[in-house]
Amino acid sequence: MTDLKEVSYEEIRHLVSDRAMSGETVLLNMGPQHPSTHGVLRLLLELDGETVVNCIPDVGFLHTGIEKNMESKTYQKAEVMTDRMDYMNPLGNNFAYCLAVEKLVGLDVPERAQAIRVILAELQRISSHLVWLGTSALDVAAMSVFLYCFREREIILDIFELVSGQRMMTTYFRPGGLWRDVPAEFDKAVRDFLKIIPKRIDEYEDLLTKNPLFLDRTVKIGTISGEDAINWGMTGASLRGSGVNYDVRKVFPYSGYEQYDFEVPLRSEGDVYARYLVRMAEMRQSVRIIQQALDKLPSGAVRSSNYKFVPPPRSEIGTSMEALIHHFKLWTEGFNAPQGSVYVATESPRGELGCYLEGDGGPKPYRVHFRTPSFDNLQVLPALSGGVFVADLVAIIGSVDIVLGDIDR
Amino acid sequence: MDWILLLEWVIKGFALVMILLTGFAYLTLFERRILAFMQVRIGPNRAGPQGILQPIADAVKLIFKEELTPAKSEKFLFLLAPIVTVVPAVVIAAVIPWGTQFEAFGRTITLYVADINIGVLYITAIASIAVYGIVLAGWSSNNKYAMMGGLRSSAQMISYELPLGLSFVLVTLMAGSMRPVDIVEAQRGWWFGLMQPVGALLFLISILAEVNRAPFDMPEAEQELTAGYHAEYSGMKFALFFMAEYIKMIAVSAIMVMLFLGGYRELPGLQNTWFSVDQTWWLGPIYMFLKVLAMLFVMVWIRATLPRIRYDRLMSFGWKVMLPLSLALIVITALGLVLQPMWALAPYILTPVLSLAAFGLTVLLLQNSLARRQHA
Repeated sequence: MTDLKEVSYEEIRHLVSDRAMSGETVLLNMGPQHPSTHGVLRLLLELDGETVVNCIPDVGFLHTGIEKNMESKTYQKAEVMTDRMDYMNPLGNNFAYCLAVEKLVGLDVPERAQAIRVILAELQRISSHLVWLGTSALDVAAMSVFLYCFREREIILDIFELVSGQRMMTTYFRPGGLWRDVPAEFDKAVRDFLKIIPKRIDEYEDLLTKNPLFLDRTVKIGTISGEDAINWGMTGASLRGSGVNYDVRKVFPYSGYEQYDFEVPLRSEGDVYARYLVRMAEMRQSVRIIQQALDKLPSGAVRSSNYKFVPPPRSEIGTSMEALIHHFKLWTEGFNAPQGSVYVATESPRGELGCYLEGDGGPKPYRVHFRTPSFDNLQVLPALSGGVFVADLVAIIGSVDIVLGDIDR
Repeated sequence: MDWILLLEWVIKGFALVMILLTGFAYLTLFERRILAFMQVRIGPNRAGPQGILQPIADAVKLIFKEELTPAKSEKFLFLLAPIVTVVPAVVIAAVIPWGTQFEAFGRTITLYVADINIGVLYITAIASIAVYGIVLAGWSSNNKYAMMGGLRSSAQMISYELPLGLSFVLVTLMAGSMRPVDIVEAQRGWWFGLMQPVGALLFLISILAEVNRAPFDMPEAEQELTAGYHAEYSGMKFALFFMAEYIKMIAVSAIMVMLFLGGYRELPGLQNTWFSVDQTWWLGPIYMFLKVLAMLFVMVWIRATLPRIRYDRLMSFGWKVMLPLSLALIVITALGLVLQPMWALAPYILTPVLSLAAFGLTVLLLQNSLARRQHA
């Protein structure tokens, strides 16, 4: 057997309190393989009994180098990588990236494509919230909710498969529109889902919202004020749970969100329970948005006809020389984007997902950076977890809804 | 004492242990299938028809798995802990009567292994030994998660032994005896669970905590402590902990049935019919089996539904809610029994009404304190 090596306390001395040095408190390594860190997050905990004295998040175990890799790909090809960032929200990542490219090169997106993007992005939001609900309920050991949520998420993934052929890594949104139009069955599939989901959300609420044990685990746990939340850079449902009315869809509408009538759920308590209630209400609002978008879905093209940036339909390639040349040029060297930088913000299920794109005049981006909500929401964890129990810490991690792929991109 | 009597004991003891060991294996399958049913899944159905060979497959896997001992563990205690946990779980079932008696080979054969006149005390004593195994496992593994699991377990056990013991007092009061057979026979006409429903509920909560079942599965809280006290165990040693947990589930269900649900006796109202165990002795074990199965189903159902309670709240629930309530129930039960000479139906009407009132008051106070916390 190999000898065990002791890690020197000196290496972490600046991170923990002096009591840890004298052995009064215990240092506990939670993760990166731990069922409740939602991926490969490592937390270095300093515990006094079961009370958390210090909590030091350590990220980077899932580092994929996606942003750097995108610099060596053309604008179109780089999009495939965005799916892999926040794997609970692949369409949302596509969305942010496509909006940024469109802004950089000045592309117009047809109305129909915009509406379909909204429908799919909201479906994605529901599916992401379902996974969040399931996993965070599992964190407080309400295990059945987890499987019920995955049952409904399966329907959403089937819809994604219907439109794009892929369940998760869809790359369905393309700069200038969509990959192709939705199939004829799409309308019915989404409407069927809309009929089911409000009842199912009621069922989840029956199981949790007034359950005394659930209340006991969530109320007044991990409280943060609205001001602190802003200062820490929190966004999304975690911020709205602290009473700050900030939703990118309302404040800086994109892709036609201003046409839809929906509310931004708010709670002022700022605890785990408030964040839970906000997300539950958000799912219901997403249902409203999808319903409206589906009812007034315009007909027409789903791709911009600017063939300098958008590949022409395949049917034209056989008949039109120009189309063939465009197709060839676009899929070999790509299109040249102008010099300059843009930033586009979208509302992902987790918060503000921004895409910063800098072009140098060539066919490949000079720099791509994503402002991912999980990263900014994670950094607040030490502030939320002072003096709580280990069991609460697990509930808090669940409530800020982080996805590690979103953090280490 | 003749040698045939000795042989009878050996055979009965052996049969009981075999029933428990097989029962444990099939309980895991039962639990997985029921959980799967409740969670819109299918559950294990590959090994044999409806997965009935799954427990055997699991056992084979666990036996052949490599057993690892952590480098810096206390080797002896590490080995001892699973044994200390599993033995009381098996031994505790000795005093539970599974039926009346029957005549065979010219002898009267009773359907229990040991007839101790302080059976209830025996159960309390043995049940609390098991926690040593868990604490020792947690401590000897040299793992911080395991240590926390062990500590939680001891704190939990201390908090819940008291309401558990007081529930035994309730039954002893009503039966007027500590002998298991007397307790069951005292429920001939009317079950204690109907005379003292709140006591039965308290007992159910206490045994859930006693066997570390959800929502009190703190020592092994998967989401918090990964696996808690048995984090470092693998192979057959791990299987022993698992075995202990499930055998204890069966044993405490049987105890619950014995104390509050009429043991091996028939439903109230069937005394003088063919369905009574007085007339048909072999119905006793069947009734017992069905009742235990129902109890196990309830335990699985609770696990599928409820979130885990937090460690400090669990203790305050034990000390501040369960303990006073069980003390109040003892007073109420005693009152019912004292008034019985004047009003024959007092234990059957006054006791349940008063204890339900006490329970309602407790729930109200609990709700208020929760609401206060929410709005504070």
